[in-house]
Amino acid sequence: MLGRLTIDALPFYSWVAMGGAAVTVLGALAVMAVITWLGAWRYLWREWLTSVDHKRIGIMYIVLALVMLLRGFVDAIMMRAQQAVALNSQGYLPADHFDQIFSSHGTIMIFFVAMPFMSGLMNLIIPLQIGARDVSFPYMNSLSLWLNAAGAALVLVSLVIGKFSTAGWSAYPPYSGIEYSPGVGVDYWSFAVLISGVGSTMTGINFIATIFKKRAPGMTLMRMPLFTWTVLTSSVLVVFAFPALTVSAALLEMDRMLGMHFFTNADGGNMMMFANLFWIWGHPEVYILILPAFGVFSHVVTTFSGKRLFGYTSLVYATTAIGILSFIVWLHHFFTMGSSANVNAFFGIMTMIIAVPTGVKVFDWLFTMYRGRIEFHSPMLWTLGFMATFVIGGMSGVLLALPPVDYLMHNTTFLVAHFHNMIIPGVLFGYLAGYQFWFPKAFGFRLNEQWGKRSFWCWIIGFYLAFMPLYVLGLLGMPRRMEHYTIAEWQPHLIVAAVGACVILLGILCLAVQLIVSIRQRDQARDLSGDPWLGRTLEWSTSSPPPVYNFAIIPRVDERDAFQEMKENGIAYERPDKYEDIYLPKNSPVGIIVGGFAFMFGFAMVWHIWWLAIACALVIVMALMVLSSEDDNEYCLTAKEVEQIENARYRDLAKAPRIILPESEEIVPGAPIQGTVR
Amino acid sequence: MLIVVVPVIVMTLWFAWRFRASNDNAIYTPEWSYSAKLDAVIWAIPVMIVAGVGYHAWVFTHSLDPYKPIPSPEKTLEVRAIAQDWKWLFLYPQQNIAVVNELVFPAGAPLRIEITSDTVMNSFFIPGLGGQIYAMAGMRTELNLLSYEPGEFLGRNVQYSGAGFSDQLFKARAVNREDFDAWVEKVRTSPDALDLATYEQLVKPSEAHPVTYYASYAPGLFAATISKYNPFGTLAANSVCRVADLDRSYAR
Repeated sequence: MLGRLTIDALPFYSWVAMGGAAVTVLGALAVMAVITWLGAWRYLWREWLTSVDHKRIGIMYIVLALVMLLRGFVDAIMMRAQQAVALNSQGYLPADHFDQIFSSHGTIMIFFVAMPFMSGLMNLIIPLQIGARDVSFPYMNSLSLWLNAAGAALVLVSLVIGKFSTAGWSAYPPYSGIEYSPGVGVDYWSFAVLISGVGSTMTGINFIATIFKKRAPGMTLMRMPLFTWTVLTSSVLVVFAFPALTVSAALLEMDRMLGMHFFTNADGGNMMMFANLFWIWGHPEVYILILPAFGVFSHVVTTFSGKRLFGYTSLVYATTAIGILSFIVWLHHFFTMGSSANVNAFFGIMTMIIAVPTGVKVFDWLFTMYRGRIEFHSPMLWTLGFMATFVIGGMSGVLLALPPVDYLMHNTTFLVAHFHNMIIPGVLFGYLAGYQFWFPKAFGFRLNEQWGKRSFWCWIIGFYLAFMPLYVLGLLGMPRRMEHYTIAEWQPHLIVAAVGACVILLGILCLAVQLIVSIRQRDQARDLSGDPWLGRTLEWSTSSPPPVYNFAIIPRVDERDAFQEMKENGIAYERPDKYEDIYLPKNSPVGIIVGGFAFMFGFAMVWHIWWLAIACALVIVMALMVLSSEDDNEYCLTAKEVEQIENARYRDLAKAPRIILPESEEIVPGAPIQGTVR
Repeated sequence: MLIVVVPVIVMTLWFAWRFRASNDNAIYTPEWSYSAKLDAVIWAIPVMIVAGVGYHAWVFTHSLDPYKPIPSPEKTLEVRAIAQDWKWLFLYPQQNIAVVNELVFPAGAPLRIEITSDTVMNSFFIPGLGGQIYAMAGMRTELNLLSYEPGEFLGRNVQYSGAGFSDQLFKARAVNREDFDAWVEKVRTSPDALDLATYEQLVKPSEAHPVTYYASYAPGLFAATISKYNPFGTLAANSVCRVADLDRSYAR
């Protein structure tokens, strides 16, 4: 009846595991209690959980990412603590538990922090930036969100029921095969990855369609904002790369469940096939994550330098070049498998070539700052921190791309330092800059600057403290994933790294404080104009938060920095003669229902509860059929209602400090208004 | 590469300071967004660096290929390494001895190690001596090493392989020719022999396995370890022929 699931699945085997499970369960209960106490279930269900509005979906993605960031960070600090003390001793974690922690850390940070954070920013901003009312497929968008959430929930549940994988975030067979990992851990990993991977693939499809089909009139490809370009490239990569991950995880599960031999040691299996498939996804994945962050940096630099973006065309070509090159470098993840010198040299050189467009981008941002008027708001600090730090990771990357060097550095902490040096300043700083930059757009008030800056300084100092020692340790020959070690020389470096992790913890706490303080002081930081940073692109032309339809009248675009141009020409806040009816998609519970059943399906597969898996699969298929055959899925916002919303918007505009209304101080409803900034 | 990294860091900090909004002396050109000359330079510099590094990558990848025999007047010592959970078994076909978790070889003479795994994927690495290479069941990889001086190195598996991974260490000792011969004699005096039954016991998982000597080992053990995962001979043609060669060399 319950497959492999017995009472032994509960984490009574260690105090640390029980503590983790207790925190997870109590956390979930506390959240539910607060929602109940606020009486907010109905509101939450109607306005958020069933919403198909891209802005709300984007916000929910980011909430998911931030929650998972906490969980992934707890793993990180536990690893650092273990390695700081585990000289000639077992430390406080048994090997089996330590191995689960590094596996879940990587899995969570890539799949359930970076991916949803990226999807969140994309969702929140892309339709606004291209002057659209929504994405092309709003229902699929909701489905993507909830499939991602289902995957994340599976990883969280593995903390309470059963154990997580010990095979690392990349789950290399044959170790991850049934022979060497007979437990449920790898199954948790692969179903979390499979389910969220389907969601991510659909997000990719959705945004390719949205960006190609829903741009405002006049916005040619070469007038698209840089963030849109990077999201487009990244979405194309998602669509090409994620199937490889899905296939490799699915084949791994077929090995495990059906006794097949794709990746096993014996009977014709070949573990390097998995490594190849996994990294055919895995390397583009790095660029899937980092390109949108590059897009954020482009916007932050140009906005806070008060200047046009330098070398737009170069940046676009560099972005697409990175996208293409990212597919022909995967073998550098396993130079050491014994391939010939010709193969290794080819992939090494291809890898280095990626440094060219990346370098160009950094210079373009630098020359955007050159002769600008730079304001150091916190998004700009994250960007500056990124530029100064990322190049170090780039240099260690070029070193690792040299096969003779990689033979020495592969599988050591030098590699760990390198990829964190790319992903923390490159991806995470980018997303956090985006979060601080676009937060006022999403919520209508600015985040507290002081706490944002404190968080930045903690993160960057913590980053250097935590990862520079790992470079040194790698040069000293320390392998990654050591539960304990015997070399006394390593310990001081590991202690410094642990201190660095604590400083990063302060950075995370500052982010939390920033959010709380900002919410409490929101009335002092209201963004009435919708344009708090003097932005240059269309998302700033609408109100903060934007109305559900984003734009009452779809804007016309004649320039790259469309909104900047409108402001300079004095037509930014022009009032239309009349409004039209707007048709919008109705909310739908199908996304969250499918997500919930996908979670249960994954759970059932992990524990071999076949009847439940079949039942869930049937429910999912039926829910999708119901959704697809629903004809009455739009509602109409009449011109009159739109006018009311827009009138309120113009009243706010009149109160906004930065908006100077040339003709009169008073708003005459219905009359056209011209506005300029400053 | 430092000619990119250092200027980028310096320019980031310098531009940020020089063009801060509160500096009224700095020039402000909000419309300036393109310069063909600068564009050419910022593409050309990374291209030139990558061309230079890429050329060296090609040359050194070939000259430092771990499969390439190291030319030397001395006779090459042949060793076969088998990764097990969580230890390393070394077979010496020329001496017909077997050792767990200790690799002794003459300094100044090339060392040629053929590597496979009788468990999950491992990576054979002696950081003080040379690069690493994966050990994979049913497959054979190769490493050519040379220590000019006598010395002691720490070797280990660096590809995570499970609970005993942290202790999967061995000592690699480069010694004089006489010391090597004496060590071989010492191993030969061991009462144990690595026959197939002993091997079946040895291959079972064990953590921090002590150094163990075997005076002899079952002929063809290395080839058999590889081929037991390939009962139908599905191995790549190259490897099959290499395994056949091995069998011949064991028969000698």
